[in-house]
Amino acid sequence: MGKKLLIHNDHVPNIHTLDVYRAHGGYASVEKALKTMTPDQVTDEVKKSGLRGRGGAGFPTGLKWSFLAKPEGVPRYLVCNADESEPGTFKDRYLMEKIPHALIEGMITSSYALGAKQSYIYIRGEYFYVARIVEKAIEEAYAAGLLGKNILGSDFSHDCSVQVGGGAYICGEETALLESLEGKRGNPRIKPPFPAVAGLWGCPTVVNNVETIAAVCPIVMMGGEEYAKIGIGRSTGTKLISASGHINKPGVYEIELGIPVEEFIYSDAYCGGIRNGKKMKAVVAGGSSVPILPTELILKTAKGEPRLMTYESLSDGGFATGTMLGSGGFIVMDEDTSIVKNLFTFSRFYHHESCGQCSPCREGTGWMEKIIKKILDGKGTEADVELLWDIQSKIEGKTICPLGEAAAWPVAAALRHFKHEFIDYVKNPKNIKDVKHYFRLNNLQEA
Amino acid sequence: MGAQVHGTQSFDKAKRAEIKFSEEAMKTVQTIISKYPEGKQKSALLPVLHVAQAEFGGWLSPEVMDYVAEVLRIKPIEVFEVASFYTMYNLKPVGKCTLEVCQTSSCWLNGAEDIVRYIEKKLNIKVGETTKDGMFTLKVAECLGSCGTAPMLQCGASFHENLTFEKVDALIEKYKNEGRLRSYTDKDYHNTL
Repeated sequence: MGKKLLIHNDHVPNIHTLDVYRAHGGYASVEKALKTMTPDQVTDEVKKSGLRGRGGAGFPTGLKWSFLAKPEGVPRYLVCNADESEPGTFKDRYLMEKIPHALIEGMITSSYALGAKQSYIYIRGEYFYVARIVEKAIEEAYAAGLLGKNILGSDFSHDCSVQVGGGAYICGEETALLESLEGKRGNPRIKPPFPAVAGLWGCPTVVNNVETIAAVCPIVMMGGEEYAKIGIGRSTGTKLISASGHINKPGVYEIELGIPVEEFIYSDAYCGGIRNGKKMKAVVAGGSSVPILPTELILKTAKGEPRLMTYESLSDGGFATGTMLGSGGFIVMDEDTSIVKNLFTFSRFYHHESCGQCSPCREGTGWMEKIIKKILDGKGTEADVELLWDIQSKIEGKTICPLGEAAAWPVAAALRHFKHEFIDYVKNPKNIKDVKHYFRLNNLQEA
Repeated sequence: MGAQVHGTQSFDKAKRAEIKFSEEAMKTVQTIISKYPEGKQKSALLPVLHVAQAEFGGWLSPEVMDYVAEVLRIKPIEVFEVASFYTMYNLKPVGKCTLEVCQTSSCWLNGAEDIVRYIEKKLNIKVGETTKDGMFTLKVAECLGSCGTAPMLQCGASFHENLTFEKVDALIEKYKNEGRLRSYTDKDYHNTL
């Protein structure tokens, strides 16, 4: 097993409480930052660490921080994106539920670096009970003088609050999240201006994912350069991977970036291989929106090199033969899986979650869902398969926010790598029937 | 967005006059409002709607939305446009326990469809319907972040994960016996992560 920096204490009893968390070294980064570092020094360490946004986009965090406008007399905000909704992703839930103080510690240290006197943690509404856990931890932090006025006797004061959402995937997009935080519909904003200039209530704002903010604590403690030694190239540090699907050991794993995909899937330290002795058919490596890859391309690049769990290796070959690390939502499918049907669940999802602002996405997601449904109902034609390709190609790049791409990419990738399955369904509708009865747990009989 | 019916409920002035948060709920609402700077109380809308939904029978009637607008000093349309956007707000009456079965990829790969069919048969309702006794509403939901513990369903604040038919039987029995409204804001919850 590699180094763990975020969830190494996840099995310590009561690690969710402040006392136990502090007994295991918790809040040391707040002490170190506030007592021995200037805010700019903290930002510098984050820059040196090479930390990249863990929500999915992978944008360098230190760079994002350096864009924050700092006009005199205007409040600045840090907003934590805990709207985790990308299908296949449940790492932030795990982190907040098990070790809520790791997030709060990161919020304080990061806010100190950014000069934010107030921060908000926007948690998806369905995680209401998680919000309660985080709120309880915030109360503990206030009582211990880690939040509020003059934290640990310094002249830095900070308030942190939780807001719950109302159930909308789109609020994971940072400007939609800010709209939602302002009590509005989650319609993404046109950029520029970016939140770093005009974010929450028009003030300069940094929006970071839960895992990104939690990673700031070990970076401050070990130093950015040490952190950057973990991983390969521009993929530095550790990453939480949510593993699900047809594997023996689903769950959240913290990996050192750079381990081979094959090791991650088959090692008992991680997924433990494909369950029921089946063979693997395909993997969605970074949450529902990244391209699905067949076994041969997820294990090895087109050049025949072992595929690694890094931003660069997973995207090697572009979308023709590669994919993306994304949010680290790792969905594994066995040999019996219908790629068409799995795609249908994705397309239904994106149709449901489109905010409706941009026509290509609003209309296109619905059309794609309908056509895939038609194929699954045994009524599809080869022209429908072509039409599906045509529609997805006309969404990408034509919408205000990336939900358009997120909806188009899985369709494109399924057609790119598994077109034969669509054609088979169209030509031999009887083959579809088997599909409908396949999906159940071992211990379930036919309902 | 979801297939929620809205705009079909009529507005009843007499009902509206009766709507008022309990003292405890009002305290919660004031705490929520206090998290935001002066004049930014509209930010409290989403959390306050959750409180209102739990307080007034599990759904947001036009009268309740009108009341929330008054409490937050915003226009009723600002409440409606938000309530109709997000999937967690019910704009028509639901049963005391809404069972929301996740149906997205990882849950589907692990038998979510069978869970839905099983509940439909057991409760003799289809997705979107409520049992005659007003106890259960069955819904399907999009990814709820339980992919590693699939299949799952959410009921109020609780996540029921690694579902089997036996687990579904047991929790339906439990909810039926308790017979109370289940809300996202419930302080007691169950989860198995």
